[in-house]
Amino acid sequence: MATLLEVKNLETRFKVRSGFIYAVNGVSFSLDKGEMLGVVGESGCGKSVTMMSLIKLLPPAAQITNGSVKLEGTELTTLNKKELNAVRGARVGMIFQDPMTSLNPFLKIGLQLAEGLVYHKKMTMAEALKRSAAYLDMVGISNSAHRLNEYPHQLSGGMRQRVMIAMALLSEPDLVIADEPTTALDVTIQAQIVELVKDLRTKLNTSIIWITHDLSLLAGMVDRIMVMYGGAIVEEAVLGDIYKDPRHPYTIGLLNSIPRLSASNSKRLSTIGGAPPNLFVKPTSCPFAPRCKYKLDRCEKENPVLATVPGASSDSRHRVACWADVRDKK
Amino acid sequence: MNTTTSTEQKVLMRIRNLVKHFPVKIGAYGEKAAVVHAVDDVSFDIFRGETLGLVGESGCGKSTTGFSLLQLYRPSSGSIEYEGTDLVRLKEKELRPIRKRIQIVFQDPYSTLNPRMTIGEAIAEPIKVHELLPTKEIPARVSKLLTDVGLDPNVGNRYPHEFSGGQRQRICIARALASEPEFVVCDEPISALDVSIQAQIVNLLMDIQEKYKLTYLFIAHDLAVVRHISDRVVVMYLGKIMEIATKDDLFGNPRHPYTKALLTAVPEPDPDRELQRKRIILSGDVSNAIDPPSGCRFHPRCRFAAPACSVSKVELQDLGNGHLVACNRLAEIGDQI
Repeated sequence: MATLLEVKNLETRFKVRSGFIYAVNGVSFSLDKGEMLGVVGESGCGKSVTMMSLIKLLPPAAQITNGSVKLEGTELTTLNKKELNAVRGARVGMIFQDPMTSLNPFLKIGLQLAEGLVYHKKMTMAEALKRSAAYLDMVGISNSAHRLNEYPHQLSGGMRQRVMIAMALLSEPDLVIADEPTTALDVTIQAQIVELVKDLRTKLNTSIIWITHDLSLLAGMVDRIMVMYGGAIVEEAVLGDIYKDPRHPYTIGLLNSIPRLSASNSKRLSTIGGAPPNLFVKPTSCPFAPRCKYKLDRCEKENPVLATVPGASSDSRHRVACWADVRDKK
Repeated sequence: MNTTTSTEQKVLMRIRNLVKHFPVKIGAYGEKAAVVHAVDDVSFDIFRGETLGLVGESGCGKSTTGFSLLQLYRPSSGSIEYEGTDLVRLKEKELRPIRKRIQIVFQDPYSTLNPRMTIGEAIAEPIKVHELLPTKEIPARVSKLLTDVGLDPNVGNRYPHEFSGGQRQRICIARALASEPEFVVCDEPISALDVSIQAQIVNLLMDIQEKYKLTYLFIAHDLAVVRHISDRVVVMYLGKIMEIATKDDLFGNPRHPYTKALLTAVPEPDPDRELQRKRIILSGDVSNAIDPPSGCRFHPRCRFAAPACSVSKVELQDLGNGHLVACNRLAEIGDQI
């Protein structure tokens, strides 16, 4: 399949009073056209900052210090603000976690949806509203013509997230970045949204990056998974391999620590000791080493590189950043 | 817990017809008075030594129920019998001696620790308020509590901001234990924590329960965790109980259409299972608690709803073995669920 996005050696840091927080430390990955990629990790692992760095949707304190981001050959890191605005919302759509705060409470739904089309596609307001209504229908909001005249507070959380999804898809982007879009929702509403996105994806053939902390959620949804820790990718593979043949001690620990609904035992859960790293110092060794039970001397001296897993087939695209070979130790 | 002897077990708390309504003002200028029916006529028992899971979606009244049991909210009506005393009838002063026996661990360990108190002071507070120990013996007791929750006993003079989320939740647990309670409400104690930390806290709560012989009301929306930690489970929807059962019955043989839908909505970390699984997608959203649906509160979203469901009153029916279900169409639905 054709490559849509190519990210190489991306580094992003935040300026704070006492120095820098090294949020993203050399992330490289690619995304195919029509592919759905899940990005999983705990808070502070750099998953959101990495994806927001792609279109420089970052607070002023953030600096992208290295790396390249190519969207169908166009380098995004060197674009100026005006050029970036032609990418954001047009070629790359966004769905944020909290639909409560990402819609403007003072503006009608219709105006917020149509605004992007008028700006990017130079449509008239009437055309834009007509198309907005069609997209509201598509995301399962009934009585769409009437809804256009409503304000965000008149909709429930799940409905607002549907509006955000419609908004992200309106200008037919190549890529949609969904940043924990269901975390703020109840589990039955989450199930609705997941079904909707899966359905839309087959209809529209859009590439999707789905950021989450929930490995369970990704299991029925994405094509490939990237696991992040301490600002770096520690493991990536096609869907099945991450769950059936995890090779990074962090991925293994994470999978073992999730209680399963189908299991009825009440034995102790296995845990990962310690806590995630703070990133005030740029990691020069494996960021997971202090919590790792397979740690070698080398792990505390040298940062592991993300390399193809020994014995992996080429279509599993299985890469892991670990000096210890934990294949037989699980 | 041996499930077949549930009737012989000692009841620690008997909750009968608990109602909690919140008066609110609605309309653009707050000109209209209304009532939020947060908890509406809820009855259940909590047995000594068990973990009772309480699950449901946001706004179903699970936290309000927990707070009402502890009299943090005074119920609008109903009774909460604790060791023969109806807590609802007691005055604040009469409640004082009972409060040390019933404690709570809140969801957010960031906002429930005073940033200007050392954690030693925070943990010592309940001991001082209830005058449980002479002042001289308090530091040793605080160190013991810190050890019990897996922290270094010498960190008592540090402040909350020096600790991570998981460590803070450990501190909150130590504080809840300080007055030697027998009943602890755990109100979503792991929801605010990172995935790799959640398992640590779940294990700690289970260890502590064994060591201190505690009874838990474990409120959560994460059903997998509830299955792991609970003996019995109560499912709530919009202020009403839909189903009560032992965990094996509830997860293995759910009888209420809402429970069933809730269970199928939970994803599992197993792609083979996930890709094959048939999910029951509930349409619509949870209805409004200011103007709840008539009849069965779940009927607008229920795939088995009949016209009668919007009219007739629903009571919990006993299916045996402590399995109670609030559904008038149980017989018609049968195995189709």
